[in-house]
Amino acid sequence: MTDRQRIKVLISVIGLDGHFTGAELVSRILMDAGMEVVYLGIYQTPEMIVNAAIQESVDVIGISSHASNYEQIHLLIDLLKKNNMNDVPVICGGAIPKQHAEVLIKKGVSKIFPPQSTSESIVEYIVSTVKEKA
Amino acid sequence: MVKSIVEKIVKGDVRVAAKLIRDIDDGVHGTREILKALYRHTGNAYVIGITGAPGVGKSTVVDQMVRGLRKNMKTVGVLAVDPTSSLSGGAILGDRIRMQRHSLDDGVFIRSFATRGQFGGLTQSTRSAIDVLDAMGKEYIIVETVGVGQDEIDIAKSAHTTVIVVVPGMGDHIQAIKAGIFEVGDIFLINKSDRPDAEKTRSDLQAMIEITRKRFKKEGWEPPILMAEAVNNKGISELLDEIEKHRKSRKALSRESIIRHKKAIARSELIDMIRSRLVEEALNHITNSPDFKKYLDCIIDGTKDPYSACDELLSAKLHFLEDENTG
Repeated sequence: MTDRQRIKVLISVIGLDGHFTGAELVSRILMDAGMEVVYLGIYQTPEMIVNAAIQESVDVIGISSHASNYEQIHLLIDLLKKNNMNDVPVICGGAIPKQHAEVLIKKGVSKIFPPQSTSESIVEYIVSTVKEKA
Repeated sequence: MVKSIVEKIVKGDVRVAAKLIRDIDDGVHGTREILKALYRHTGNAYVIGITGAPGVGKSTVVDQMVRGLRKNMKTVGVLAVDPTSSLSGGAILGDRIRMQRHSLDDGVFIRSFATRGQFGGLTQSTRSAIDVLDAMGKEYIIVETVGVGQDEIDIAKSAHTTVIVVVPGMGDHIQAIKAGIFEVGDIFLINKSDRPDAEKTRSDLQAMIEITRKRFKKEGWEPPILMAEAVNNKGISELLDEIEKHRKSRKALSRESIIRHKKAIARSELIDMIRSRLVEEALNHITNSPDFKKYLDCIIDGTKDPYSACDELLSAKLHFLEDENTG
């Protein structure tokens, strides 16, 4: 890593989900940890997220999910694969029931942070994942 | 390697261009070679700088401008610069939120930047990013920066047309702007002009422009003051018209003044480039040396004052500086 390098993370809420508090809070946590966060806001489709991830050349995609619309996350993973972007890990956070979480992990989501996850655990995970990639 | 990257970018490969911009921003080795090869494909885009205090609606103005340009089938690149947190070094880049309608449009490339700071490298990496978008074939490139600080003024200077956005009822922030960035404004836009005091802001601005009018007159352009409500798409087509007029007025200048203009820009860009590389490489060279840590310890111990430490480090590490000190 050069001195100027920063970890760049895209944070978004996906589909018809308007719960932005978690996404904004996590954005803030990541900024305070020295990362650059491209924050997309709410109501983003998988296509919008993938396009932004390409244009911004991010290291990690973080999806906040509180509306049980997991099929949107599945579509996102498919679309990333289609664009040869498997090397960009997708992490999710929010109220995601265990059985859905397991399916998402099988689909290719690299990590899910349930409610009560600590800031440190999120930051540590992103840092170690990006380091591994490099 | 360099050749294939350049070819892909010139063909408009978004992913390769995006990755290159990332590497430029990160200061990764090897990017300069690509930029060298890319440079001959640049010079076709029209660069518009948008600047102003935080919260005046720059991103919304940019969003509407892109919409207007797309209506005329023009391709657009957007570079949106947000400040880096001086505490953590991180940043939240939220400008895309205001530009969502373009997120699926292949004719629009939006890229967020954090100032990162330290080496004053923002100007450099933004200029290089402009070159990349230019080589990609974007017809218009809009650079959005917060209008404070030397870096932002420098970026504004390298734009073909610089638009300064203000809002009514913020007299103090106009005061802050006039110190530096005010002089580089080609067009002034009073956004949120439905608010009270819009007329007062116009007359305040008019009074300030008066000061620099003489210089502008010589260049054949008097900066207009426009009113807009970007969120309702009001005043934006007028803004685009004025930008076009400014573009034409630049073309209509005499050959001499065009060359003079070009020379001034080339000069300031080259000096910037030399400066940022000098500072970065010299700083890296000095701060990574064991001596640097030794001197730091000495300052903490109280056995050395920072002034002498600076002198000694510089003369030990940068020999050419010594001559100037002694001679």
